[in-house]
Formats: sequence, structure tokens, C-alpha cells
Amino acid sequence: MSNVITLDENAESLVKIRDLHFQRGSKQIFRGIEMDLPRGQITTIMGPSGTGKTTLLKLIGGQLKPAKGSIEVDGQNVPKLSRSALYALRKRMGMLFQSGALLTDLTVFDNVAFPVREHTDLPESLVRHLVLMRLHAVGLRGARDLYPAELSGGMARRVALARALILDPTMIMYDEPFTGQDPISMGVLLDLIKTVNSALGLTSIIVSHDLHESMSISDYVVIVSDGVVVEAGTPEALRASESPWVQQFLQGKSDGPVPFQLEAPDYRDDLLGAKHG
Amino acid sequence: MNSRSVEILVGVFMALFFVAMAFLVFKASNLTSLSGAKGYELSAYFENIGGLRERAPVTAGGVRVGQVSQIEYDGETFQAKVTLTIDEQYNAFPEDTTASIYTAGLLGEQYIGLEPGAEDEVLMPEDEITLTQSALVLERLIGQVLLNR
Amino acid sequence: MVDLLQRFGRGWIGAFERFGRATLFLLQVIIGLPSLFGRGFLLVKQLYSTGVMTLLIILVSGLFVGMVLALQGYNSLVRFSAEEALGQFVALVLFRELAPVLTALLFAGRAGSAMTSEIGLMKATEQLAGLEMMAVDPYKRVYAPRLLAAFIAVPALTAMFGAVAILGGHLVGVEMLGVDAGAYWSQMQSEVSFRHDVLSGMLKALVFGFVICWIAIFEGADCIPTSEGVSSATTRTVVYSSLAVLGLDFVLTALMF
Ligand SMILES: Nc1ncnc2c1ncn2[C@@H]1O[C@H](COP(=O)(O)OP(=O)(O)O)[C@@H](O)[C@H]1O
Ligand SMILES: [Mg+2]
Repeated sequence: MSNVITLDENAESLVKIRDLHFQRGSKQIFRGIEMDLPRGQITTIMGPSGTGKTTLLKLIGGQLKPAKGSIEVDGQNVPKLSRSALYALRKRMGMLFQSGALLTDLTVFDNVAFPVREHTDLPESLVRHLVLMRLHAVGLRGARDLYPAELSGGMARRVALARALILDPTMIMYDEPFTGQDPISMGVLLDLIKTVNSALGLTSIIVSHDLHESMSISDYVVIVSDGVVVEAGTPEALRASESPWVQQFLQGKSDGPVPFQLEAPDYRDDLLGAKHG
Repeated sequence: MNSRSVEILVGVFMALFFVAMAFLVFKASNLTSLSGAKGYELSAYFENIGGLRERAPVTAGGVRVGQVSQIEYDGETFQAKVTLTIDEQYNAFPEDTTASIYTAGLLGEQYIGLEPGAEDEVLMPEDEITLTQSALVLERLIGQVLLNR
Repeated sequence: MVDLLQRFGRGWIGAFERFGRATLFLLQVIIGLPSLFGRGFLLVKQLYSTGVMTLLIILVSGLFVGMVLALQGYNSLVRFSAEEALGQFVALVLFRELAPVLTALLFAGRAGSAMTSEIGLMKATEQLAGLEMMAVDPYKRVYAPRLLAAFIAVPALTAMFGAVAILGGHLVGVEMLGVDAGAYWSQMQSEVSFRHDVLSGMLKALVFGFVICWIAIFEGADCIPTSEGVSSATTRTVVYSSLAVLGLDFVLTALMF
């Protein structure tokens, strides 16, 4: 089943994925996935864990190469880009990893300054300015001299956000930004993502399975399962959807079209030890 | 660890490296073989060189004046051809200089000793030392003693 | 039986695959080396964490190795009344074999394992992926400085090991066992050739440093990004680089002396 999701025509899409196939070992992770992610909006990609949401972000970032299909970011086909073109494109993409991925041997300040120092020759006074601005935006100007090991998970993600923003990207990808956050830092992150998106005119892509939080700030939601896009649309449209997939997901039922059990031999046979090895 | 003290420590590390290198160069080894090019070659034929090796010292009056640079077997004369590299400063060995193979101590390493003769003519680079005395081979010596009895 | 053969064959194919990957990896690191021009601070940082951090263990081991060599050498030489040759004995054994090999083994255990676990943890905590997404090439930023640092640090440590060990030999041979100090130094000077003995030892050290670092960074970059994967990669680094050092030492010795 291939679902081509059409958007309302006036929203130009920044990321276009067509007929994407990818596998890891013998495991087929994507089987002809297609999606368009609108420019200047917040899109959430949802799906059960292990469906390959992180993998999808890495494919968009060009860290993995698909077996088949195209991934266009701002008109450029990522898998076909030369190394230098890919690196140039990445300077315009920010990505927040699940763990924050801060460099542990640098202070918060140096972490945020890192991309600027790597890619430009700006004088140190200007770098300081830029860094403090971003740190202020995420509310962590006071943490500039701490090392990543001294930060809580939520703070580390905010620092990573400041770092992702420092080169003024066109697009930013968040990998599970809300997992393991207490309600307060969750709220802080939600607000940050929303304000950053509107204030800087970014395109945000959030990968998450925290349904309600991400739905509350998204303009557009894509549900992925079993290697294909199951449903896509605005949060309102999804809530009204008839699809049993979507309903299972939205209501958090443990069993349904997405089975609770991973594919396995018959339970009775397994218990009786029949035909083992 | 701030970057200044890292730099200082790395500086100390590199300084120690240079000190160690200087120690190895000047205190624990000889550089003569580095300046080996700055010497001239003489050759000498021996019946038997015993355990002489390349790079063995060449001495005159007990003072090191050069080293053995090459040893080969000459199939025409059936003798061992030894090439000596003598330091440039010792350039006035008489033509009738004798080259002998000696052993340092009873079982020690073998070396070549030069005993200058009395001629006025001196050995020029690439010349051959005609007066030679082979190594004393212990087994042969013992054999001679036994046979002469 | 067939099963066993199959598994054996698969093991070999796996080994070749890894070796091929390691070679391509090394090529990319070498291509990244020129980017270090003008970014000396990266090299300095790595010289610190490889060289300076290994310095103490090298100096202490060097001192003791020198002392032991003098003791053992003296006991053997004195039987031939050749204890005068102690300096020469200590220096030759050190420069040709012990200084490069022991330094390399200590370096593999101290700096090589640290390198693997550091890079492995960077991989496990997505720092490497993060660098790539910031358009920073880990080959240039992470691996190349380490390779160059090891290339400098191992010969430097070898020279220090040798120097300290000779002093240790002096301490035991001359100060304690009563070998004549003049004989100790003059025999050493006249018999040890800088080019043939010292420089050959340094060349060995250079090769060892290069190979250890290659193994260490490759194992780190290639590890399974879990705590278990990192720890087994670290073990592999120490085992493989020790074996490589000993094997290469044989080959290099056969070629040089
Ligand atoms: N490095 C890897 N090697 C092999 N398989 C992997 C690797 N990373 C992820 N996978 C597999 O790919 C699937 C998708 O992983 P991932 O993208 O992390 O899922 P998600 O982020 O949606 O939870 C998982 O089932 C996992 O088993
Ligand atoms: Mg994930």
C-alpha cells in the first residue's frame, strides 16, 4: 500500500520523500515511504518505537544512504549529493539528538560556540555575542561554564538546541525531545520549540511518540508504521480520522492493528519446545 | 584542565623529548657512522677474517680511526676482501702499513689494528693494504699445537 | 563438520571484511591529515592526552628496566670478566629492542585503550553523529589529530624511556655494583652507533605508534555503540596492538639488523 499524501497546495514543502526503501541487515525498515513536510511549520513524525523514526532523520541528514528512492531537502536530492555539497547543506540543518550529543570535553559555552568556530573565522568577541544570545534564548546563560556531565537531561537538550540554532539553520530536526522530561521541562521545551519556530521562521521536524504534547504544537502530523506512512494531516484531521491505526495510536490501546507481540512462533509450540533449533 | 596548562605540559613533554634525544646522541652513542661519508676507503685482503663483522672498529695505536664498512669474498684470489673506511683526518698512513685482525679480550669482539710502517709514500684513497695478518682462529691454533707434538 | 567448516569460512570472510574496512578508514584519516595545518591546538590537546598522560608510567618503567638490565647483565658479564662492557650491553639491548617494544606496549595499554574507549563513547552518545550533522568531519576533527599525536608521542616516549633506562643502568651498574663509570660510558659510546642502533629503534617506535593508533581509533569508530561494545573494543585494542607490536618487531628486526 502506498499512500501519497497531498498537502494543501499553498504550503510549499521543504522536504520531499519519494518511494524510500531502506533496510538494516535483513530487516526492511522502510518500504516505499512517501511524505512532504511543509516549509515554515512544525511537523511531527509519530510511530511506535523501533519503526525507524531516528533512522528517517538520519536519512534526511544524509548520514545513511537509502537503498532506493529520493529525499529532497530544499530541492537537493540528499543521497546523490557530493560530500562537500552535503556538508554545505548540513550547515543549514540543525539536529537535536535524543541524548543531546554535546561534546563532553567542552563547556556549555564552547559547545554552543563549536559550529561557529569550526565554520567561520569570526572574532572571539562576536562569537561570544552569538553564543550568549542563543544561551539566553534557551534560558541557560548562567550555565555557560558547566560541563555537559553537570547538566540535567532537559538542560542538555536546551543547550543542544542553542547549538543547533547558532548557524541560523533553515530547518531543525528533533529526535524524541520530550522523552524522560518532567512536566516542567517538557513545558519549557514545548514553548521553546514553538517560539523558536515562529520567531526564526524555521521548519521544524519532531520525531516523537509523546502524542498529546507533540500534537499540541504541530501544524502537521505524519504517522509511520511498519515501513510506510499510515496517515498524515493536521492534528484535527487525525483526531477525526476513522482509521483503526490512528485510533489505536491516539488512544494508546495496547493491541490492535499494531500488534503487541513482535512476530514470533506460536506461543503454545514455543512453550512446549516443539521443533526447537 | 584549562588549555594554558595543557600547552605548558605539552611544551615540557617536547622539551624532555629533545633532552632525551640529545642525551642519546652525545652521551650514549657515537655519531661517527652518521658522518661515515666523511672518510676515505682502503681495502685489504685476508686469508681468514675469523669473526670480524661489518662496522667493527679500525684502530691505530689503540685509537679508533675508522670502521670496517664492507666484507666480501673474492672468488678469484680466494681471499676475504675487507673494505675499511678511515676518518678523513687520518690521511697519512705509510704504504707499508700492516693490517691485523685482533680480538678484544679472550672472547671479545674482533677489530682491525693498523701498524704504520716506515715508507715515505702514503696510502691514497682506494689503495690496498698489502701487508695483512689474518685472525687468530682458536681452533686452528689448538690444532697446530696438537699436530706439532 | 561441514557446519564447522562453514563457520570457519565465515570467520575468515569476516576478518577480511574488517581488515578492508580498517584500511579504507585509515586512508580517509590520512586524507584528513593536511587539514591539521593551522589547527595546531587539536594536535596539542591530543599530545597531552596521549604523550603527557603516558609520561610518568614510561619514566618509572624505564628506570626499573634499566636497573634490572644492569643487574642481569652484570651477573652474566662478570663471569667472563667483561663487566666493563655493561654500558654497551644495556644500551644496545635498550635501543634495539626494549625501549621501542616496551614503550609501545605501555602506550597501547595506557593511551591506546583510552583512545578506543573515548571514541567508542563518543559514538555511543551520538557525539560523532552530532559532529557529522554539524558538518564537521570526524576524520579531520577527531581521528587525524590522534594519529599524528601518536606518531610523535611514541618515538618521543621511546627516547625518554631509553635515556632514563641508561641512567637506571648507571645507578645499579656503576653506583651499586662498582663498574667503572668511565668504562660504562666509553664502551657505550664506542659501540652504540647513532644511526644503526638509536635511529633504527626510533624507526621501530614510529611504526609502532602508527599501528597502535590505527587499531585504537578504528576499534573505537567501529565498535558496537553500547557499553558492552565499547568495553570489548577496548580489550581488542590492547590485545591486537600488543600482538601487532610484537609481530612487527620481529619483521623490523629481521629487516634492520
Ligand atoms: N545501527 C543499527 N544497526 C542495525 N539495526 C539498527 C541500528 N539502529 C537501529 N536499528 C534497527 O532499526 C530499527 C529502527 O530503529 P530506530 O530508527 O532507532 O527506531 P525509532 O527511532 O523509531 O525507535 C530498529 O528496529 C532497530 O532494531
Ligand atoms: Mg529513536
